[in-house]
Amino acid sequence: MYMWKKVAMTTAFAALAGTTAMASCGIDAGRVSIVGNEFPAIQTVAAAAAACGSDAVEVKSNLTADHQKINLAGMQGNPAEYTTAIIANSSIIALMNDDVIRPLDDLIAAHGADIPAKQLITINGKVMAVAFMANAQTLAYRADVLKEIGVEPPKSYEEMLAAAEMIREKGIMENPIGGAYAAGWNLAEEFVNMYIGTGGEFFTPGTAEVSINNEKGVAALEMMKSLTAYMNPDYLTHDSNGTQAEWEAGNVALMSMWGSRMGNLMDTEGSEPVVYENTMVGGPLMVGDSGVPATTLWWDGWTVAKNVSDEDATATFLAMKEGTGPSILNDTTMAEAVWMIDGYEPTPVSAGVFAAIAAGSQPYPMLPFMGLLHTAAGDNIADFLQGKESAEQALADIEAAYTAAATENGFLK
Amino acid sequence: MKHKTFFWFVLPSTLAMLLFIFLPLISIIVQSLYVAHDQVIVSVENCGPFGCTQSTMVDQEATEALKSGHPFGQFAGADIFLDRGHLAVAEVGQAWDGSQTWREFGAQMLNLPFYKAMSFTLTFTFVVTPLVILFGFAIAVAVNSAVKVVRGPLIFFSLLPMMITPLVGALILFWMVDARGIVGTALISLSGDPSLSVKASTPLMWIMLIVYGVWHSAPFAFIVYYAGLQTVNSDTLEAAQIDGASRAQRIRYVVVPHLLPLTTFIALMQLMDNFRVFEPIVSFAASAHATSLSWAIYNDLGGETRQLSSAAATSVLTVVCIIILLTPVLIRTWRDFGRK
Repeated sequence: MYMWKKVAMTTAFAALAGTTAMASCGIDAGRVSIVGNEFPAIQTVAAAAAACGSDAVEVKSNLTADHQKINLAGMQGNPAEYTTAIIANSSIIALMNDDVIRPLDDLIAAHGADIPAKQLITINGKVMAVAFMANAQTLAYRADVLKEIGVEPPKSYEEMLAAAEMIREKGIMENPIGGAYAAGWNLAEEFVNMYIGTGGEFFTPGTAEVSINNEKGVAALEMMKSLTAYMNPDYLTHDSNGTQAEWEAGNVALMSMWGSRMGNLMDTEGSEPVVYENTMVGGPLMVGDSGVPATTLWWDGWTVAKNVSDEDATATFLAMKEGTGPSILNDTTMAEAVWMIDGYEPTPVSAGVFAAIAAGSQPYPMLPFMGLLHTAAGDNIADFLQGKESAEQALADIEAAYTAAATENGFLK
Repeated sequence: MKHKTFFWFVLPSTLAMLLFIFLPLISIIVQSLYVAHDQVIVSVENCGPFGCTQSTMVDQEATEALKSGHPFGQFAGADIFLDRGHLAVAEVGQAWDGSQTWREFGAQMLNLPFYKAMSFTLTFTFVVTPLVILFGFAIAVAVNSAVKVVRGPLIFFSLLPMMITPLVGALILFWMVDARGIVGTALISLSGDPSLSVKASTPLMWIMLIVYGVWHSAPFAFIVYYAGLQTVNSDTLEAAQIDGASRAQRIRYVVVPHLLPLTTFIALMQLMDNFRVFEPIVSFAASAHATSLSWAIYNDLGGETRQLSSAAATSVLTVVCIIILLTPVLIRTWRDFGRK
């Protein structure tokens, strides 16, 4: 009798252990702690990774718009507070510069043979991140307004300006162009796009020496200023949220906007049917005759912290692999992002990002000192747009501010 | 007080001051004297979903070798303080040599981040501080002469701007001055200019920030003055009244002198607070029009690459500026103290 009981108990335990192993994505033990930005696609990833948790495996996440202010500090300790950071191609740089993330090659060899090669981000021959979604700024337009003036959706900023002039002349809208031109990060991002569109190079190749004060830089700034003439006068305070609000209020007919935000523009919330039914997504816009679209390609991906035990690193790798695996795709999550996961079917919302990739757009530069140039640009373009100084002076200011910052940070002597 | 008693009496606050004031000060001063190590940059090929690109990265091993044994970074002395992001000594010299008129020189100075921030910070400080004192005093006198029953609610409403979180209070005003907000629409119909926008004009944005500053801080001055008014000697007031002094004369010759020490206190606090103006600039998304030293520190730390040394240097400059600002008030307080 006693013996029988013991056998029964053992069987029950084995059965229990079996289910745990299934729910825990093959993780025996370890700690998974995620830090990342907060929007629906990343919430989906974090929730799927959290499903791998069990008594032996702790999975927690901290998703916040301020993730960039905490991820580096949270990964510098030993052991690191965060075992993984969800980052983009601009923000991986800060983690690379301070050497807080580990190469993933050994983990991929052991556990990740099924991750498609197109998702792997390789830096100097080592896989440093696994990308799971793509993003880019492309055209959004109001089909009804363009029909009224009898114009095809613009392919370039020059065509956009011509269409905007017609819309204003016909009295349909006073300020038909929109854009996230808020001073700071957004404005700098628009400059980066426009400067790439003119075919410009930000740095002397192979060095940290900035080289934007040239005719391409002037052309990029002049085009931005021409666009602002058709924008709401408050444009320097409009970030992506503010620009979306202008669009949904029906005040804007043409703008370059993030692929990840197109879903919000086209859903039935926040705007009249005439706005959301006529909101269409186009490809990236060109500027001048360089042949390079004036946009940058972005990916979001995950990393594994360097200062964690092998057990935690393996647990993190497996949980994040599950969190960004084909199993997370369903009818709801399909529309949340342009996923790079196998099994993703493109939707109308994502047409712009695919068009941007097909048109040969460049990825946002993954350079150790790009963040410093981005900050310097964000602080010094507004004066030019407001007519307080010349384009050359603004570019000289950006270069001088960047050079001072890069010297303080050891990139320049 | 015996020395021993005095020692134990001040020990807790001395420890707190060491921990929360002295040590952070030392930390920013040290940080501001060092710059990051030279970063060894190597050319690499990066590959991702969008193809491969030639790029650069920091050579961690080579950089690590430079870093070992020097945790602070490289000693730079006053270099950071003098560079373009801060006092910009070389650039100011060039502007001085290269400009024909004061106007031209001023324009070039305002193009440098430190002086641009100082121009707004000082304007804000020296306009808001006296206005706060005036409005606070006026509200306190008005509330004090109101009927007893309504005084409670009056005090409550007068204090509201101070109770609201600065960020939220500024956001409320930001929406009200939007071209489609209540204040914005009113301004447009008053001026008759449909394209008038507070957020697009630098002078209007400065005025808006100053209005916000006064609105937010006046209750502080009010509550201090109101407490002071309760201690005014009623015998003196009555005597003045019997001597035929009007209400204005009583305020001028009895109340104001009585409240003078409080005014020094409010001026001291407000000078410090207003010099650190920060929240309204963020809430109003005003950085294209107005920046302050505190905003510059936030901007240095908020980018994708944190600029710790630059932020530390700006912090030290802020402390120095506040000491300079407060010196006249402190000297005055010291003299008053000595006279008694």
